[in-house]
Amino acid sequence: MDAILQNFFNMEIASKAGVFLLKGLGMTLLLSAIVIPLGLLGGLAVAVLGSLKKKWLSVLLIVYVDFFRAFPPLVLLIFIYFGTPFLGLDIPKLLAVAIGFFLNTSSYYGEVFRAGIESIPKGQFEAARSTGLSGSQTLRFVILPQAVRNVLPDLISNTLEVIKLTSLASVVALPELLNNARQAQALTYNPTPIVLAALMYLVLLWPLVRLLSRLEHKSISMH
Amino acid sequence: MSKAILDIAALHKSYGATPVLKGIDMAVNENELVFIIGPSGSGKSTLLRCCNRLEEPESGSILVDGTDILRPGVDLNRLRQKIGMVFQSFNLYPHMTALGNVTLALRKVQGMEKEAAEEKGRAALARVGLAEKVNAYPNELSGGQQQRVGIARSLALEPRIVLFDEPTSALDPELVGGVLKVMRELKESGMTMVVVSHEMAFARAAADRVIFMDKGVIADQGAPEDMFGNPKHERLREFLSRIQH
Amino acid sequence: MNPAMSGWDRFVFSFFNLDIARQYLPAIAKGFVTTVYLALAVIVAGVLLGLTLALLRSFRVKVANFFIIMFADIMRALPPLVLIILLFFALPYAGASLSAFAATWVALSLVLAAFAEEIFWAGIVAVPRGQWEAARSTGLSRAQTLAFVVLPQAVRMTIPPLTNRVISITKGTALGSVVALSEILNQASSSASQAGNATPMTVGALAYLLLFIPVVIFGRWVETRFVWKK
Repeated sequence: MDAILQNFFNMEIASKAGVFLLKGLGMTLLLSAIVIPLGLLGGLAVAVLGSLKKKWLSVLLIVYVDFFRAFPPLVLLIFIYFGTPFLGLDIPKLLAVAIGFFLNTSSYYGEVFRAGIESIPKGQFEAARSTGLSGSQTLRFVILPQAVRNVLPDLISNTLEVIKLTSLASVVALPELLNNARQAQALTYNPTPIVLAALMYLVLLWPLVRLLSRLEHKSISMH
Repeated sequence: MSKAILDIAALHKSYGATPVLKGIDMAVNENELVFIIGPSGSGKSTLLRCCNRLEEPESGSILVDGTDILRPGVDLNRLRQKIGMVFQSFNLYPHMTALGNVTLALRKVQGMEKEAAEEKGRAALARVGLAEKVNAYPNELSGGQQQRVGIARSLALEPRIVLFDEPTSALDPELVGGVLKVMRELKESGMTMVVVSHEMAFARAAADRVIFMDKGVIADQGAPEDMFGNPKHERLREFLSRIQH
Repeated sequence: MNPAMSGWDRFVFSFFNLDIARQYLPAIAKGFVTTVYLALAVIVAGVLLGLTLALLRSFRVKVANFFIIMFADIMRALPPLVLIILLFFALPYAGASLSAFAATWVALSLVLAAFAEEIFWAGIVAVPRGQWEAARSTGLSRAQTLAFVVLPQAVRMTIPPLTNRVISITKGTALGSVVALSEILNQASSSASQAGNATPMTVGALAYLLLFIPVVIFGRWVETRFVWKK
């Protein structure tokens, strides 16, 4: 028991590494704050463009979405980060990470918004257009508000996945939470920092998981 | 004629602090068709569901064909086969054909061979006039046909008594007739039945006895012509006048 | 690299170099096999464990359900990479060490099990109560009702969300590269640094597309075939 405490919950190491880990947590939050809004906007754009029902555009969007859904995000990240120097480009780490995550995340959000828009009955379009609303007004004031409400659990679920996704940035040594935890572990020869980082992720994300369970059960009992 | 198939004594049931059944005594004889009427919330559906232990009563006794179904350690799944149940919303299994719905319990509870179960299932479906529909899925059938499959599902188990819980309330008016016809034929073949329903004309024509439930007790009972033609109980008169308008 | 090359030539040389591709193809093919093997192992273990937990949960034993929900919550809140690193780098301090393959397999299976449990459970709950009552009224036992009446309907409803979740979690097999498991990504990136050329990464990327594009298209088909019953 003592050995376990020494190894996994070492208070001394925890207090030393604490500030460093919190800095990492800050970077995790910053990265999330960049990727989530961009991904939402990108996904919305994909879905709205798809709802225009232009054949060639829809095909293009499906290719875009399926391509990045099929690509493991870590592969994408490494490809961008280690590949761009071969092109003679030197882009900052944060930018490389943000681009990789944006491509992945916008595809997933795009699918969610598409499902939302498709869940709205055709009569809603017709009613709105019959009162003289333009196509974009119909989308903005009638379709999207309902669509977002219908897919709210999926949007939250996807957002949870995005925050978890940011841990992949540790692979290219972006100083976010997991990266800093692994550095602290390597320095102290003790896994306490990783355990601590795991606890931080839990504290950060558990409320979101709970909220999601609630929403999902509510939407089921409505059927 | 006088043998009681269903014998209920001093039955009590409540949901939390709200009593729903406040001491029900009732016997149903062999070949008898007992009709239960009463305002919503009077406990008639709960009473029916207790007879199959879909609801657990707090106290009292329920004898089915002489066996106390509330006794601890009773083989409930065997017993339930003697007590057919027909639901308001049919509750057919949507992933199975009509025949699959009817034969599931034959095969899994009685352990019958597939061929024997299917033969019996076909006969039960023929009895409710659906010989042609054995391979149809529930979503390919009208509401009335679905309810007849529901009846066949309980008939196939050769029950001693069949309980009908508002069997026609979920149906469009033009589909009600087919279901009532099947119930009528069932009665003529000697089946013992308890029916909770608002089909007063049917009750008048087919019931041996009408029970009026109100606020968790049996408020009045008698032959249909007395109950409908000359209602003595004040709440029954009130109820009937509301139903008829 | 020749500095006189044009931008386009340099791009082709660095990313689509056929000689280098040919040279490193066997290594990446080996990684491909490992990835497929790992992905299948994760799917089987994750889905079976998830289904078992959902079935246990349907018996509504308070203590058991508390632990099942706790497990599902934790595994859904933790990033899978954190879990892999915990299992691979931290577990040895407790005297138990796992191979890179085992650590990745266990971590991803647990994550998939958590999501699968939630999905199956949602499916079971979504089957109307009347189905239970009808089956029980004909004498079927609780387990028989679950097996023959509720589960077939629940599974049908769960196929689209489960397929999507399986795809996204099996893509996580790439995370094994972090603990030096020689799957596609690890083979590709070490080949790339050995060759000083990004072509093996391109080959690796193509390998992933070869593996997952059919799965994603299958997922789309499944989504239209088994729509959630509303």
